[in-house]
Amino acid sequence: MKHVLELKEITLGYGKQKVVEAISFALSEGQIGCLLGPSACGKTTVLRAIAGFERPFSGEILMKGVKVSGKARIVPPERRQVGMVFQDFALFPHLTVHDNIAFGLAKHSNAARTRRTTQLAKLLGIENIRTQYPHQISGGQQQRVALARAIAPRPQILLLDEPFSSMDVELREQVAKEVRVILKQDRTTTMLVSHHQLEAFAMADVVGVMNNGQLLQWDTAYNLYHRPACTYVADFVGEGVFLSGSVVDEHHVQTELGIICGVVPVEFEKGSPVEVLIRPDDIIHDDNSNQTAIVIDKVFRGAEFLYTLCLDSGAQVVSLVPSHHDHHLNEPIGIRLEIDHLVVFPRDENQAQTSALS
Amino acid sequence: MAAIRPNSGENPIQECHIRFSQPSKGTLLIQFTGHWTLQNELPSVNDVEKQLGGGGPIQCVSFDTQALTGWDSGLLAYLIKIIDECKTRNIKTDQAGLPDGVRRLLDLAYAVPEREGARGVAKRPSLLARIGTDSINVARGTAETVSFIGEATLAIWKFLRGKARYRHVDFTMTIQQCGPQALPIITLISFLVGVILAYIGAVQLEQFGAEIYVANLVGLAMAREMGAMMTAIIMAGRTGGAFAAQLGTMTVNEEIDALKTMGVSPMEFLVLPRMLALMLMLPVLCLYSDLLGILGGAAVSISILDLGVLEYFNQTKNAIHLHDFAGGLFKSAVYGTLVAIAGCLRGMQSGRSAAAVGDAATSAVVTAIVWIVVASAITTVIYNILGI
Repeated sequence: MKHVLELKEITLGYGKQKVVEAISFALSEGQIGCLLGPSACGKTTVLRAIAGFERPFSGEILMKGVKVSGKARIVPPERRQVGMVFQDFALFPHLTVHDNIAFGLAKHSNAARTRRTTQLAKLLGIENIRTQYPHQISGGQQQRVALARAIAPRPQILLLDEPFSSMDVELREQVAKEVRVILKQDRTTTMLVSHHQLEAFAMADVVGVMNNGQLLQWDTAYNLYHRPACTYVADFVGEGVFLSGSVVDEHHVQTELGIICGVVPVEFEKGSPVEVLIRPDDIIHDDNSNQTAIVIDKVFRGAEFLYTLCLDSGAQVVSLVPSHHDHHLNEPIGIRLEIDHLVVFPRDENQAQTSALS
Repeated sequence: MAAIRPNSGENPIQECHIRFSQPSKGTLLIQFTGHWTLQNELPSVNDVEKQLGGGGPIQCVSFDTQALTGWDSGLLAYLIKIIDECKTRNIKTDQAGLPDGVRRLLDLAYAVPEREGARGVAKRPSLLARIGTDSINVARGTAETVSFIGEATLAIWKFLRGKARYRHVDFTMTIQQCGPQALPIITLISFLVGVILAYIGAVQLEQFGAEIYVANLVGLAMAREMGAMMTAIIMAGRTGGAFAAQLGTMTVNEEIDALKTMGVSPMEFLVLPRMLALMLMLPVLCLYSDLLGILGGAAVSISILDLGVLEYFNQTKNAIHLHDFAGGLFKSAVYGTLVAIAGCLRGMQSGRSAAAVGDAATSAVVTAIVWIVVASAITTVIYNILGI
């Protein structure tokens, strides 16, 4: 299948400094991709390169199989048919909402322009503010206007730069889901950039985790969480703890919580020291269990408590427990391990035995 | 710092000394005596270096501080210099003779290596490197300017063929901004320039009883040069700076990027109406300024030099010809183009921060004024050769 967007070994930077190193990924038609990473990891630079604002040091960008960015020659942004929603929306302050949305439709007839604008306004629920100016409407509404303006000319690729960052947290996921529905209806190939994982998971089909200018893993949200490619991805996506252990054989790892079954990657020899990723959902609270741990911290999350538990060795793990199990701090509770697949990384002997994750 | 011992009251300044001896072969004993604090003038480390270098092969340095009456970080800094010097020469240092506090602080100083760049001493590049970097920057700046002028020319060509895409509202708003709204300040400045010219002329011409020629002086100066130059400089500060600030703000807000992604050339949409407006309005303002300058000259002549109103205006009429005005107007059209290009160029080059917008506006004004003066010199020489 021909990819709508393909990046091949793209290296980007400003001046002499490299910001992004040898990134490759591809999106097929109608797919929604997301680059997820902490601030200053280079994700916005990648987006700007796709739009045509940055010239790559090396590598190339293809759109529908046509090379648009290379070291020697780049197609300017105005000829790429990309739509972009900027972080601060960049609405034209002297134009009404209607004129902002219609801005990219100059080549259409008046009737066609009005039809498309009205249709998008209805779709995004901004019909009632069509005659107002950007400074008169709220942040959420501005975001929708910016989105409508970018989608209106039916771009080949839609780029979203931290589109929901100026919204409050509750609104974010909801709007992300709504936007996803709209983009899927139109089959618009979309690339977004975010530092907020729930937003990324709510919206994207494929997520790439970036750090320090490198793309660490390009995969589905499920795989990022359950089969992280490296410790950074495991750390960045979701909550969890590394527990040290050692390999028994190719199907078993010995840890403090007992022997865990699973598939151990072939590169680990018997007895080699490893770190096992323990997610909060891997540890089940069970009063009948012989294994106990002491509650040292708890966070109420409505339906669940997130307990931080201290094992006999001093190692800490986290566990999600239904919130009717309200235990006190320093109370020992029974726990049971329920891991359906094993995530292990080689242990760096210099590191502390366990490292609590964010 | 620990162990700073206050000077006793009756002996506010005590001297400090350093003495060298070689108790055994290959060992240098350094004796510290007196009050080693920063208030005192500490001996130079060079003395120690001389001893290390000159007094035969020394393998070990030891210290004697029994005669030391007080110390602070001055002694520590001194010791660290000695120890570092010894390290580079592969000489051992025996710190047994130092006070406990000094030893502990020295340990602390060497326990953590100095953080790179913490001192913030930026290495000054060599003269050649600076000349090279500056040349590259000048070359790059020139290339950017030339390509901007090229793009602007293409945009104007598109406009002439009626294909340029811009908003007519923008065009008329800019005309309003850099035409009628500039009249008050142009009025004030031009009138005063006329007054100044008249005064300068009057003082000189009075000596020959030729006061009537003040009219020639003011009229010709305003029509040929000062009218165009003064309006251009005012517009560079007023409008050129504003253009740079507007376009710079749009760059910061990513509005210019947004335009590009929607297939609209910012050159046509933003730069073109601004350039056209300024190129049209500046000659008109120049004509107005000429008139006001002559009025200013007349006011001085009539009130101070006792020239008659009619007399002054007849003299002016005879002195200035149509081609003098035409020359001035042509200059002002050139200046208008330059001010517009400088303003828009710096605005489009602006960085992505609020501070960069300020820099862009400042730079636009400076660039415009430099260009105006250079263009003025060039056109004046050309007029001279052509005999206009």
